[in-house]
Amino acid sequence: MTALSAILPGPLPLLLALPLLGAALLAVLPGWRLAAWLNVGFSAATFAAALWLALAPPPPGLFLFIDDFSAALILLTGLVGFSTALFSAAYINRDGKNHRLAPRHLRLYHAMYQAFMFTLLLALSANNIGILWVAVEGATLTTVLMVSLYRTKPAIEAAWKYFILCSVGIGLALFGTILVYLAAQTVMGDGSPAMAFSLMTPHAAAFQPELLNLAFVFLLVGYGTKAGLVPLHAWLPDAHAEGPTPISAVLSGLLLNVAFYVLLRYKRLLAGNPHTLEPGPLLVGLGVLSVLVAAFMLYRRGDIKRLFAYSSIEHMGLLAVAFGTGGALANFAGLLHMLMHSLVKSAIFFVVGLASQAAGSQRIADIRGLTTSAPLLGWSLVVGVLSIAGLPPLGVFTSEFLLLNALMHRTPWLGLTLLTLLLLAFAALVLRLQGLAFGPPSPLPGRDGTKPPRLFTRVIGISPIFLHMALAVAAGIILPAATASWLWAIAKQLG
Amino acid sequence: MAHTPFAYNLAHLIGATVLMMGFGLLYQRRMTAVIRTYALQAMALALAAAWQAAIQDAPHLYATALIILLFKGMAVPAALQWLVRRLGIHRTVETALGIGPTLMAGVGLVALSIVLVMPMDIAATAITRESVALAMSVVLLGLLMMITRRNAVTQVVGFMSLENGLLLAAVGAHGMPLVVELSIAFSVLVAMALFGIFFFRIRERFDSLELSYLETSRGDSQ
Amino acid sequence: MIPLLWGILHTLLVVAAAPWATGLTRRVKARLQGRRGASCWQPYRDLWRLLQKDSVIADSASWLFHITPYVVFVAVWLAATILPTLTTDMIMTPAADLIALVALLGVARFFTALAGLDAGTAFGGLGASREMFIASLGEPAMLMVTFSLSVLAHTTSPAHLVEFVLAGHVGLEVSVGLAMGALLMVALAESGRIPIDNPATHLELTMVHEAMVLEYSGRHLALMEAAAMMRQLLFLSLIICLFLPWGIARPGDAAPWLLVGLAAWIAKVAALSVVLAAYESWIAKMRLFRIADFLGGALLLALLATIFLYVSEAL
Repeated sequence: MTALSAILPGPLPLLLALPLLGAALLAVLPGWRLAAWLNVGFSAATFAAALWLALAPPPPGLFLFIDDFSAALILLTGLVGFSTALFSAAYINRDGKNHRLAPRHLRLYHAMYQAFMFTLLLALSANNIGILWVAVEGATLTTVLMVSLYRTKPAIEAAWKYFILCSVGIGLALFGTILVYLAAQTVMGDGSPAMAFSLMTPHAAAFQPELLNLAFVFLLVGYGTKAGLVPLHAWLPDAHAEGPTPISAVLSGLLLNVAFYVLLRYKRLLAGNPHTLEPGPLLVGLGVLSVLVAAFMLYRRGDIKRLFAYSSIEHMGLLAVAFGTGGALANFAGLLHMLMHSLVKSAIFFVVGLASQAAGSQRIADIRGLTTSAPLLGWSLVVGVLSIAGLPPLGVFTSEFLLLNALMHRTPWLGLTLLTLLLLAFAALVLRLQGLAFGPPSPLPGRDGTKPPRLFTRVIGISPIFLHMALAVAAGIILPAATASWLWAIAKQLG
Repeated sequence: MAHTPFAYNLAHLIGATVLMMGFGLLYQRRMTAVIRTYALQAMALALAAAWQAAIQDAPHLYATALIILLFKGMAVPAALQWLVRRLGIHRTVETALGIGPTLMAGVGLVALSIVLVMPMDIAATAITRESVALAMSVVLLGLLMMITRRNAVTQVVGFMSLENGLLLAAVGAHGMPLVVELSIAFSVLVAMALFGIFFFRIRERFDSLELSYLETSRGDSQ
Repeated sequence: MIPLLWGILHTLLVVAAAPWATGLTRRVKARLQGRRGASCWQPYRDLWRLLQKDSVIADSASWLFHITPYVVFVAVWLAATILPTLTTDMIMTPAADLIALVALLGVARFFTALAGLDAGTAFGGLGASREMFIASLGEPAMLMVTFSLSVLAHTTSPAHLVEFVLAGHVGLEVSVGLAMGALLMVALAESGRIPIDNPATHLELTMVHEAMVLEYSGRHLALMEAAAMMRQLLFLSLIICLFLPWGIARPGDAAPWLLVGLAAWIAKVAALSVVLAAYESWIAKMRLFRIADFLGGALLLALLATIFLYVSEAL
């Protein structure tokens, strides 16, 4: 370890430098086959840096700092980033081969993938609220470029919608950020300390409560747009459905988490001041609304990626309810849910991507009887959907159960409402799953005229699914005591 | 009656000019006039930044002012005018809500932001309150413009005027580190590049910048 | 005794200077358009010639048509005397009031519109309806400006407002800036200047004021024209005394200060006339339906001025 730290600048700079370097390199590298593997390599190295960081967190700085919460999410981001890169190597290969994507678009895609990872990791490790904002804005810009990658009419519409809505959201969030600085500046004086979370939190009690309230409303609307909470969710299904599948996976699995993470950071800042409004009820309200709308929207989806995009909205709603309710148990449930949802949802998108690539269509009606035509994919989809729908003993069940448990103690009516909505969503997903996985298979010709992928590519494409599923199932059946106590400690910090 | 010092009064007057230009954006009916008004707003904003630099004794704000003047006040409007000419959309701005009602709603939003900001007591710089109210009004007016104007270019102008409001707040915030301002200037650049690309693609494909054309493909691909 | 003297002098001044201000505007405008233009004193000659001519009156016109020129002239003249020009120390000062000013202008407008209808011609009715359309938007805006200024100074008397401003009680207030913007817009509309009305045309599509006085001739027309010129001067004076009052003599000042006041006033009127002419040459006339937006904008500015006034009061 000491020898390692002599050569390397430390885990945090490494963590941020790797994807940045990757983005720069991939932006100039012409060959897309090599780029795909370099992308995997950089992502793997980033994951390694994230592991190192989690083991040896650096002391907090003025601009960057790591606590348990951000370390956990960085680890998750590193892992999902790596496995998605792996999946993307197999997936995007095919798009490149059948000329659905031109080489320069692939170059853009790989560079933006790394840039996107950089912005996520920067957001997660930022201490300065300005840097945090820049990072989230960067995440918007990079993903917009990736969503519009296919250059089809719906893809451009989706990207435009995404861009406009999230830019406005980001703009409002900046106003909230400035207001927070104003609140801090009156107490802590000019300059950067009044923008650092770690320094602001101890002084939060002296801040102007009205100013903090106003700021939080702007921040909630701004970052809430990014998190896909319901009145502000319009961009999410389109962006998920029209972009390349690896992007759908990281949007759902990582970006939404990061937006949520930011909201929670500010929530904790507000909690330091006894005179501010309770952010909890606001979050719970938006959360229940999200679950409600998403549960009903799940029924009439004809597009398979849109279906799971709405499912993501539903789960973001659950997170909002969990963290809005607060208390160690609900927070623990929320954290666990965040992790499980990221793993399972991205795995589902992997399956869906492979299936729709094979079927040459994203319409649910065109993909039938997967368990017969492609057993491996089919059964993965069954496990994934059952898992995301919350069937015991899979990971999502545990967190949903804990959340309902916490709610039943605090606000029984809310618990019951949520339970009803969850059952509704469950039914919708199972209904869809039936057609997708069972029954007479729809033919799966290699419609695009390319050879079926080689065994190696197939293994690469499918291994992340198994990795994620295995982790989620394992977490559902037996959560290691060390992990549980770590999450519990974070949950307590979140208050 | 407050006998406030000249420096703050002038700052507010400039802020009010920015706000007025925000109303001007809502009032204009022709695309070129909208872009010209936007340029005027950006220039007023540059003046506000320069004045803040003088009274806060913060030289980096002069840089901000210069960036705003050159980029938002000149380059962006010129690019937009070029775009409008090239796309042949210099005619009337299409509105989802009439000019009169929009202006009324705008006054309502200004009143709202004053009601929200006024009860506060930003102790060290009591005067900041008024500039926060002004900035918030500009932000909300930009939002209003994005909602009530149907055309993509006007929507973008609305977005940029929203950003002007953000900058007004940022330069008014005493001693706010430079990071944010530079990043905003940068992000505008990036955003503009993106917008430009978008315009072209949208133009190529749909022969119109109107977003309602795009909405035909909304929802599920059946 | 002295205030009475100044009052009379002032009253004569406003009626005497009005044609000159109009003439100056016309001349500058002509120069800007590349013409030589008539002399600044031409309006005096026009009025003199008209006064010597007989008045031709339509058969269908009633007594209203006869008295209107006198009512309008007197109302506008009275309104113009309310505003201080050289000094605030006049016999009328205690009675003068901005709301009265708005009301007197309203009376003049009301009679003009009635007379326009009275003759029963198409143009008269058209002009009257347009004038009322403009007034229904302009008058509230004007009143709103008046209100916000009187809230600021705790008075509605223009003379006291001038003293208040001159005493340095008003800095660079946001609301004053907004009110000025609103007043400029209203002034353009009310004095029938270009983006709203064009005083130099008899084109049926655009004329408003000219359409109403189309039936008048001879001395009646002279009175109507003089009233219109005075109204324009009145708005220039209003802008001067509310926003540029420096130079106006105050009670207690020695007599030479009155000369300074007079000179300052003439210079300011001349400057504003030039600006007005330049603005008119630069801008295009508005479509009639756009006027609603324009004056709505003025009303809105005035409203904002009031809102911001309460903000700074609360500060």
